[in-house]
Amino acid sequence: MSRVLMKGNEALAEGAILAGCRGFFGYPITPSSEIAEYMARKMPTIGGVFVQAESELAAINMVYGGSSAGFRVMTASSGPGISLKQEGISFLSEGELPSVIVNVSRGGPGLGGIQPSQADYFQATRGGGHGDYHTMVLAPSGVQEMMDLTMQAFHWADYYRIPVMIMAEGTLGNLMEPITVREPVTEFIDKPWVTNGCKDRAPNVMNTLHLDSDFLEKRNHHLQAKYDQIQQECKRAETFMVEDADIVIVAFGLMGRIAKKSVSEARKQGVKAGLIRPITLWPFPDGVIQAAAQTAKRFLSVEINMGQMIEDIKLALEGRVPVEFYGRIGISPNPEEITRQIVNIAAREGWI
Amino acid sequence: MAKGRVYFVEDRCKACGLCIEFCPRDVLEFDDSINILGYHPVILAKPEGCTGCAICGLMCPDLVITVEKE
Amino acid sequence: MKTVFQKPKSLQDNKFHYCPGCTHGIIHRLIAECLDEMDIRERTIGICPVGCSVLAYDYFNFDTLEAAHGRAPAIGTAIKRLLPDRYVFTYQGDGDLASIGMAEIVHASLRAEKITTFFINNTLYGMTGGQMAPTTLLGQVATTCPYGRKAEWEGYPAHMAELIAQNEGAAYVCRTAVNSPANVMKTKKAIRKALEVQQRGLGFSMVEILSTCPTNWGLSPVEAMKWMEDKMFPTYPLGEFKSVE
Repeated sequence: MSRVLMKGNEALAEGAILAGCRGFFGYPITPSSEIAEYMARKMPTIGGVFVQAESELAAINMVYGGSSAGFRVMTASSGPGISLKQEGISFLSEGELPSVIVNVSRGGPGLGGIQPSQADYFQATRGGGHGDYHTMVLAPSGVQEMMDLTMQAFHWADYYRIPVMIMAEGTLGNLMEPITVREPVTEFIDKPWVTNGCKDRAPNVMNTLHLDSDFLEKRNHHLQAKYDQIQQECKRAETFMVEDADIVIVAFGLMGRIAKKSVSEARKQGVKAGLIRPITLWPFPDGVIQAAAQTAKRFLSVEINMGQMIEDIKLALEGRVPVEFYGRIGISPNPEEITRQIVNIAAREGWI
Repeated sequence: MAKGRVYFVEDRCKACGLCIEFCPRDVLEFDDSINILGYHPVILAKPEGCTGCAICGLMCPDLVITVEKE
Repeated sequence: MKTVFQKPKSLQDNKFHYCPGCTHGIIHRLIAECLDEMDIRERTIGICPVGCSVLAYDYFNFDTLEAAHGRAPAIGTAIKRLLPDRYVFTYQGDGDLASIGMAEIVHASLRAEKITTFFINNTLYGMTGGQMAPTTLLGQVATTCPYGRKAEWEGYPAHMAELIAQNEGAAYVCRTAVNSPANVMKTKKAIRKALEVQQRGLGFSMVEILSTCPTNWGLSPVEAMKWMEDKMFPTYPLGEFKSVE
């Protein structure tokens, strides 16, 4: 395993290739275009397929086709492009088609900005498309996780037959860090349901239309059972100094990494602070938050948006412990800014 | 003149009339009975005139027709 | 006596839900006959549209996918590129191909995707009850142009065969009809030729097939065939628009 200095977007793309991805379909959009460009260079050299699609709509549907044909496939985009893909994501979910969708997030709403953002949290976790479904959502916080969580995403996508979204702030896409390059995946899950030609078997159909309401209800229950299983098996979070914390900061992605520094600094100033960094945004690691709530007096959600993950924190806490919010738009707050927020709360509450 | 025979799957016929319209020998007709779909199904009314050309089958949209020929 | 005409193997033995006289039934059968004759059923993947033929996956007897509205050529692109030795076709109606799916069909032909598209042109949106399509004729009444299509308000009909034939990536583009036995036979030949173009890897192939919608035209099936000949042929001439050798 070698150590290589890599850019976030490229580590993500390389992670996909190591995980066996052999089809990339995408449309350029800042700040995700480097993923497409890396795939354009690499795919032809490994017998894979790269198509620059005519639009985000076409790209997500190419993913639908490639997945149905039995391949590990992905697409990458940002805000407005992810919005365009919502119908396709709903279709992928009902069709139970393994797939990886990357959102390298930028500011919104509208055309927004190209600075980093976390304002697609609702879109990602509440399912921006139509119908009852969920996609898994993973939030890397560094270039190593860009590679590692992408590889995990392909495994979970195949294992649970579900689209998995990787959501990373734009900054992370362009950040360069030394990482350990992982070994390629060599074992893959069998897929008897694929539509790749019915030689020696009965034909398979990939469809999501169910006009009979009894069948549609059963289908929805089937999907929900899968989501319940994922909730049991896949919640992931990093915790830092929460055991005796008076105030627990909750932050994801790059924000989580920045907040970790703030927590250390706040501790030096006498505040018993801790951090929970959700790694899976769906399923949301509510158990870890509930456990911390046994002793914590307050939670602080720090996000690069106007307040989205805070709702999941409140749901997890069921009103038992107050939750506050600190957010910026278009900029990752620096550690000092967050440390100040923590210390101010501590002073206001009389803990220091 | 070659002899042919046409077989109809009665409960699939929707009485669209295309086979009757295009039969070059006018051997097909709507029957008086009503099938399970509520239509008058087509029958081979004049079997002696059928040449087995299969134009009826060609024009049938509903896989109603099988044609045999000597 | 030997059987000279019967249901092809590439069609299941299911009753079609289509209206009486709907030409989808004829065209499904022609495609299935070609797949049987070329013996490629087990290597074919069909992509069904949103429209009356959304349920074609209940009729075709090989691997099929249902596509989001208009996106079949994109789905086909991925499948064919990942499985180049399979036969991939899309089956699309007026709205699917010429309206919401316009970008997908144009780009599939620009990229010379080695897939085949069967475009079923009946001038209307059938499944949703007879609304105007990009292919609705000037003067034709539809539920969303109830005063008759006027160029000034609703623009001009789309000539998809001519449009796609201009793209270098398109290797075979033609327009046929199914209003008569002779034309049904010509349509079958065109379907066969399009699949052979795919077989030879020459590029994108498309057969635009003029079809009827008796229910939404308010005509009997036989009258509808006549209407097609009288009204559609002048706007949508039959013929081969592109054929590379």
